[in-house]
Amino acid sequence: MGSLKIENVKKAFGPVEVLKGIDLEVTDGEFVVFVGPSGCGKSTLLRVIAGLEDSTSGRVLIDGADVSVTPPAKRGIAMVFQTYALYPHLTVKNNMALGLKQAGTPAAEIERRIKIASAMLSLEPYLERRPAELSGGQRQRVAIGRAVVREPKLFLFDEPLSNLDAALRVNTRLEIAQLHRRLKATMIYVTHDQVEAMTLADKIVVLNAGRIEQIGSPMELYNAPANEFVAGFIGSPKMNFIDGARLGETAKTIGVRPEHLTVDTKSGAWKGTVVHAEHLGADTNLYLDCETAGLITVRIFGVYNAEPGSTLYATPDAAKTYRFGADGKVLK
Amino acid sequence: MSTATRSLPRTIGAHAILLTYTAIALFPVILVVMNSFKSRAGIFGAPLTPPTTKTFDLIGYTTVFGQGDFFHYFQNSLVVTVASLFFVLLFGAMAAFALSEYRFRGNTLMGLYLALGIMIPIRLGTVAILQLMVASGLVNTLTALILVYTAQGLPLAIFILSEFMRQVSSDLKNAGRIDGLSEYTIFFRLVLPLVRPAMATVAVFTMIPIWNDLWFPLILAPSEETKTVTLGAQLFLGQFVTNWNAILAALSLAILPVLILYVIFSRQLIRGITSGAVK
Repeated sequence: MGSLKIENVKKAFGPVEVLKGIDLEVTDGEFVVFVGPSGCGKSTLLRVIAGLEDSTSGRVLIDGADVSVTPPAKRGIAMVFQTYALYPHLTVKNNMALGLKQAGTPAAEIERRIKIASAMLSLEPYLERRPAELSGGQRQRVAIGRAVVREPKLFLFDEPLSNLDAALRVNTRLEIAQLHRRLKATMIYVTHDQVEAMTLADKIVVLNAGRIEQIGSPMELYNAPANEFVAGFIGSPKMNFIDGARLGETAKTIGVRPEHLTVDTKSGAWKGTVVHAEHLGADTNLYLDCETAGLITVRIFGVYNAEPGSTLYATPDAAKTYRFGADGKVLK
Repeated sequence: MSTATRSLPRTIGAHAILLTYTAIALFPVILVVMNSFKSRAGIFGAPLTPPTTKTFDLIGYTTVFGQGDFFHYFQNSLVVTVASLFFVLLFGAMAAFALSEYRFRGNTLMGLYLALGIMIPIRLGTVAILQLMVASGLVNTLTALILVYTAQGLPLAIFILSEFMRQVSSDLKNAGRIDGLSEYTIFFRLVLPLVRPAMATVAVFTMIPIWNDLWFPLILAPSEETKTVTLGAQLFLGQFVTNWNAILAALSLAILPVLILYVIFSRQLIRGITSGAVK
């Protein structure tokens, strides 16, 4: 009941091309996350799917039907915005009901759906309040509730957690994950936060400069990035990129994730000086300035004591290093 | 009582300056109101003193209510002001919404064209306006005045409102679109309530010049039927003899309606003026 197909969608604002030909297929019930740096076109793509922006060329199909010229309200979608975008003059209940009233849904049915949604999101105590009387987390739950009551074919989330503080973000993330499991609905989620992408997605679409860099499950992207951009974008701290020539390799660039490096005080592949150590409790991030490899990050699980200025040897896990060609693509 | 952010001398200084300014600003108004309750001899004998039992006289007010149809003039002024205000706010807000919300060819150019009206006084076009009104048979109608004042008020209204409308969250408008609200509903139900302080500001700035205007009523609608208060007060202004009692009384009365409208808008107005500063 909720598949999406995008065929060669392009979008230009005047001379600026924001989307340079996007092809994508989303099957029913999938949780797809668009991720990318700011300005990569992910929000624009979501707006094109929603119908808030017209694509310059290309087609958008929802459930096989071309909706390229269908207004947003008739596309069978619901959207959750970063700034919540609740109607300030309406109560929580009416905020949820408005879309259904506009669509001519019978009052009893509206009542029933609001009851289910507010129970799901524990919003019952707030139904008669106005948005101004709610906290940020509650407001975002109302916004999600407003999407749920529409029973859409597609849920669209536009950076819904960006305005929440860190603790609330984790909670709400969990709620969205549970919501997806319960509703089994197709969801498309835009974020610039790769942690959100990794934890929520069935399928991640990495976008950069208006193009899709790679599509895959979180672990596919982590274990087998197609190119340097995806390798650098997925994973935190970021993958180390070392100039191949400095290591005497044929590849243009060698990539190794901080967690795939081990350190030793006596011997190892790369000798370096500790520049800075970040102690996070569960793990320790070391910044090493290596003679051959340059500045690299090493992530060590657990506590590791290293004084800045001391000498350490880092050794990459050979099975988990990546080799990139001059075009940035992974060399097999 | 000194605190970290306030010291007594500075507080006194600030209040002294503000009070002096208030006195200067209110002086002419008070003078007019005061003298309107005095006899002719009282006005000329001691214009700066308040009415005493000896000089107290309501002759001005009785003249105003007796001569000429002042109630009717008031009604004309109110009709013209309120109708112009309504159209300025309605069309101004709509144009501002279009300019700030939609991307279309010539958007910036249109904005500049409309802003041009702020810089060029409408009175420069008086002759052409008069010819236009004669040709369309609107001379000596309130419609003529309403049309002119609407045109006069629109540039500033659009300029101010479009700036405010740009600040209204686009997510909110988009949420409305996804919920199936029409563009008109989005405009009237979502956007307008959020720019209400700006609307009040525009309303006050638009209303006062219209109410006070003498130029266009004199040229476009000088007939007895369509006279406004400001024009009506000229009745007592002669080349050789001027009935000061009546003029002062008429002017005092003319302050009242604007004062009432101002009080209605003022709460919103203060928020409108300060709304850019905080947040």
